Amino acid sequence: MVQALTATAFMGLDSGLLRGMSLVRTVPAESAAASESPDQRRSAWMAAAQAGDRRAYEKLLADSVALIRAVARRQGVAQDQLDDVVQETLLTVHRVRHTYDPARSYDAWLGAIAGRRAIDSLRSRGRRDSRELHDEFALDNHPDRDDASAATESEQRAQRLREAIAGLPPGQREAVEQLGLHERSLSEAAELTGRNTGALKVNLHRALKALRGRFHGEP
Amino acid sequence: MMSDPRVHEALIDRLGTELVPVRRLLPPWLRTAGWLSLVAALAVGLLLHYGASPMLRRWAATPDLAWAGIGAVLTAVGAAWAAFALGVPGRHGAWAWLPVPGALLWIGASGLGCLRNWVAPGTEVAGVHQSADCLVFIIAFSIPLSALLIVLLRRACPLRPVLAAVLIGLASAAASASLLEICHAFDSAATDLLTHALAVIVVVAVNAAMGGRLLSKA
Repeated sequence: MVQALTATAFMGLDSGLLRGMSLVRTVPAESAAASESPDQRRSAWMAAAQAGDRRAYEKLLADSVALIRAVARRQGVAQDQLDDVVQETLLTVHRVRHTYDPARSYDAWLGAIAGRRAIDSLRSRGRRDSRELHDEFALDNHPDRDDASAATESEQRAQRLREAIAGLPPGQREAVEQLGLHERSLSEAAELTGRNTGALKVNLHRALKALRGRFHGEP
Repeated sequence: MMSDPRVHEALIDRLGTELVPVRRLLPPWLRTAGWLSLVAALAVGLLLHYGASPMLRRWAATPDLAWAGIGAVLTAVGAAWAAFALGVPGRHGAWAWLPVPGALLWIGASGLGCLRNWVAPGTEVAGVHQSADCLVFIIAFSIPLSALLIVLLRRACPLRPVLAAVLIGLASAAASASLLEICHAFDSAATDLLTHALAVIVVVAVNAAMGGRLLSKA
């Protein structure tokens, strides 16, 4: 719904993306035994955990928390949601631990699961935000009976926003439509449009900049 | 706010107490081979019933049909393997392209067969009734083949359920079309090809709509 789009929604999206773009590198805990990489060490722990070794499993999960947070932050998950993503990811890891093949990278396996849970979190967050926005609009759309102009004004604002979006270059318009209006995740939007997620982020960023410029320029 | 590992200690402790040894998932190629062995068993059953000679005679007369059949088999193998590979977290997304070469051969050769029929008519053309039989055959065989793939993939962890479901649909539709080659009574024609395309689309779409939901719980 175009009406549900307000400056607040844009700001939320925008700051989420900015966070996503500042790549946070994983800083693994340094091990005393430098002969094996942290990934190999975690891989060995998981192999032991699959056989039922509880100590290795707990060390592995504690070690995984920082990795999961880094992946979630890179995906643009807000700071206060990171711990939820960590918990969801740990539960998934527990449920699907039999799918890990010790011959392959543990970090890649964990990263894929954490990335999916991060997207789930962003999606449910987006849904919640849009419901709240709809409610705000419900108030806006039901003004006092003697204030008939407010509804018209709100409709005009939405109309101006629709026109502004329609006037964007095709790539930017696509990014706003897919990510902003349809609330698709980056990977979904990338699949649908055939563009890579980097290009989508850049396009959305440019589109928001253009729209902000346009609306802040006008009274 | 910095990361505080203690926040997660309770959960980690609980998961630790619940830890039991697990049996590792077999490698994707082995799981693919398992599913294909069911398809092969069905093929043997059909061959015993119909015999191989009608199929071979038809293939000798129209080699493009043989190529289409090979394409369908390659599509089934590629799509199933891709689905099993993508059922393991961390595998590269490029696996999804594995069935594409086979599918191109399948579609291309079927299209050629159809074109040849237009250029040189005279072969027995499938009527609407026979085409409906094809539709029923492909869909009927696809249901158990899809169901088995869904059961097998639910034991894995497909992080992109809809993509996995599309691959499942493609694998089972291609396998059913391959099986149909054995007992196909007539030559490829436009109506026939359209029926096949329709059947494959129905199977893939139903899987995408339903399988995605069935798989995402896993």
